[in-house]
Amino acid sequence: MIPSRVLYVDLERRRFKVEDRRELFEKRLGGTGVAIELLKEECPRGADPLGPDNPIIFAVGPLTGLLPMASKTVAMFKSPLTGSLGESHAGGRSAIAIRSAGYGAIVIKGASRSPVYLVIDSSGAKFREASALWGVASSFTVGRVIREREAGAGLRTIMRIGRAGEKLVAYASVITETYRHFGRHGLGAVFGSKKLKAIVVQGDQALKITNPAQYKDLYLRVFNEAVKSALMKKYHDLGTAANILPLNSIKALPTKNLTQQGFEGAEEISGENLAEQYLGRRIACSHCPVACIHLAALREPYVDEPYFYKTTFVSYDYELLYALGSMIGVSNVPGLLRLIHEVDKLGLDAMSTGVALAWATEAYLNGLIGDAETMGVKLSWGDAEAYLRAVQYIVEQPNEFYSSLAKGVEVAASRYGGLDYALSFGGLEMPGYQTGLAAYVGYLTGARHSHLDSAGYSLDQKALKEGRKLSPQEVAEALVREEAWRQILTSLVVCLFAREIYRPGLVAEALSLTGLDFSVEDLNRLGLNILRAKQEFKFREGFDPSKLRIPKRILEAPTPSGGITEEDVREAVRRYFDLLFSSS
Amino acid sequence: MARRLAIVDVDRCVGCQCCMFACTRRLDYAGLGKSAIKVRSAGGVERGYVVIVCRACPDPPCAKVCPVDAINLRKGGGVFVNPSLCIGCQLCSEACPFGAVGWDVEINKPVICMHCGYCVEFCPHNVLKVEEVE
Repeated sequence: MIPSRVLYVDLERRRFKVEDRRELFEKRLGGTGVAIELLKEECPRGADPLGPDNPIIFAVGPLTGLLPMASKTVAMFKSPLTGSLGESHAGGRSAIAIRSAGYGAIVIKGASRSPVYLVIDSSGAKFREASALWGVASSFTVGRVIREREAGAGLRTIMRIGRAGEKLVAYASVITETYRHFGRHGLGAVFGSKKLKAIVVQGDQALKITNPAQYKDLYLRVFNEAVKSALMKKYHDLGTAANILPLNSIKALPTKNLTQQGFEGAEEISGENLAEQYLGRRIACSHCPVACIHLAALREPYVDEPYFYKTTFVSYDYELLYALGSMIGVSNVPGLLRLIHEVDKLGLDAMSTGVALAWATEAYLNGLIGDAETMGVKLSWGDAEAYLRAVQYIVEQPNEFYSSLAKGVEVAASRYGGLDYALSFGGLEMPGYQTGLAAYVGYLTGARHSHLDSAGYSLDQKALKEGRKLSPQEVAEALVREEAWRQILTSLVVCLFAREIYRPGLVAEALSLTGLDFSVEDLNRLGLNILRAKQEFKFREGFDPSKLRIPKRILEAPTPSGGITEEDVREAVRRYFDLLFSSS
Repeated sequence: MARRLAIVDVDRCVGCQCCMFACTRRLDYAGLGKSAIKVRSAGGVERGYVVIVCRACPDPPCAKVCPVDAINLRKGGGVFVNPSLCIGCQLCSEACPFGAVGWDVEINKPVICMHCGYCVEFCPHNVLKVEEVE
């Protein structure tokens, strides 16, 4: 049994319809594979990312609800940050809720005239008045209000935006289950442009299976691997924050906008220190026994009254500790946690925010911008208090400087200077890996300019361990191969942390249980085709790999794999696209 | 000796709902829809989770209110449901103060834990156990 129904919601006319798209799901599985086809159908060429024509697509996959860790929802849209393919994945309970409500995908079109939130269940979509929720200062409050107002506790997802989405910050996030995010590419702003404050999806339908004995056998194998594997143990114990110290020890933890290699505060922001001093709770996405989500308990005194404290739970992950920690020099843990919490409250993407602040700090220290631009905020490495004020201004945009910064680091640097150290790739602010050529080429070529597209950072580290230098050709080959296979995983909406469990043979076996017949070769070909479809959408929207901006800073700042030349980067990028469109 | 499903320590629950998937799988379905055990947040995941399951009362209200005697007492506490008698009135569901009577929307009948312990095998964080009762 595979998901096949698509719910189409029209915010303009406040109507919905359901279509059975079985063929699409049979051919493209679900997740990214289905979402890119729906995006091509629904998004007109040259659509304004913040206009009513830009659709929002959510898709889940045939293994969602069946097997552990097929628990992500893929969102696609045209990105207001990059002006190109917007693609972001989140977990929580989003995937199981969509599938249990009877849908494989949800397409949201048009824009509402006044704020609304949607309640989606097996009977379709209801439109709820959200004017009173518009402008609420904290995304946490919005979650709480809707949680108490709507039914389906435990069997639902509540996706919502904060002020950043309402104010159309190009890297505003959508938050789900309080601590999971559609973080990258500005989905929050697309919600905001549609006056869509939140989406609740409730689902209580069980899923039919045809061969229970075979199903239970496969389930047990996947479950046991998930509980016992070393990779899973790492993510359970310290979470992704476990990567801070190893990356810092090879000088690959991006620090102070790459002005230095190695962070003096790494011990403080390490997964080890956070676990020992602050870890308050671990939580999981639905159907994931690993529970990689780590919440710090931040206990703070009120200054106006003795013995009066508040305790805030703050979710930390490697990328947040990099972006709002090492990248802007913040090593003071309470300050860092407050900053993460503020970014969550406002509904900003932590990674883009951190990189934007890093550029702004350097530009401020260089005198390209001054107190007039920052409105008196004295940006300096490590000053969490200053950054707390700056993120407020990014959202409220009280002047031209902050309005520019709210459009992304590239827009701000194009206007104020310092483009050489504005660390974005394809318009997306960089992830937390300064490992070498493969990482950077991955950021440039990856369909969503994410480290998760093709894991160049992992390739760099492997070569480093083997004491080898990667050639541009090797990099291109490995990145295409990895990114193509990952399209299969993300079409099944399998969490990428489970990639070593969902090997090609196992994927084919799992699909056969749902009645889908794919050989490993079929899957490899499909992965490549999905990746091509995504890149073709980008070309359609004006993306040109030969015009990619390579920030000078990455050519100056040494990496553990040595220096990087522009020629090598350009060559690897060229070879990536040659390979992608020539291989079969 | 009869067996009873018991909660060892709800604070160890990470909210993965693997017990719910197991309970639904027990009936040869996938997903969450037929689970007799329920996991939801205690008012936002930052506050942890609530695990709701039949506590095998010796004198269960769900059985008392059933107008058609479709709910019978089980040895060792708790009940078992005779679906062929059930009329789907939901009185049992309203009577349980814990909210431990689940509802199978597909067949419009209650789902109540039978204390088989299948879910325990899929709780990786030691929240659940099966214990012997008099």
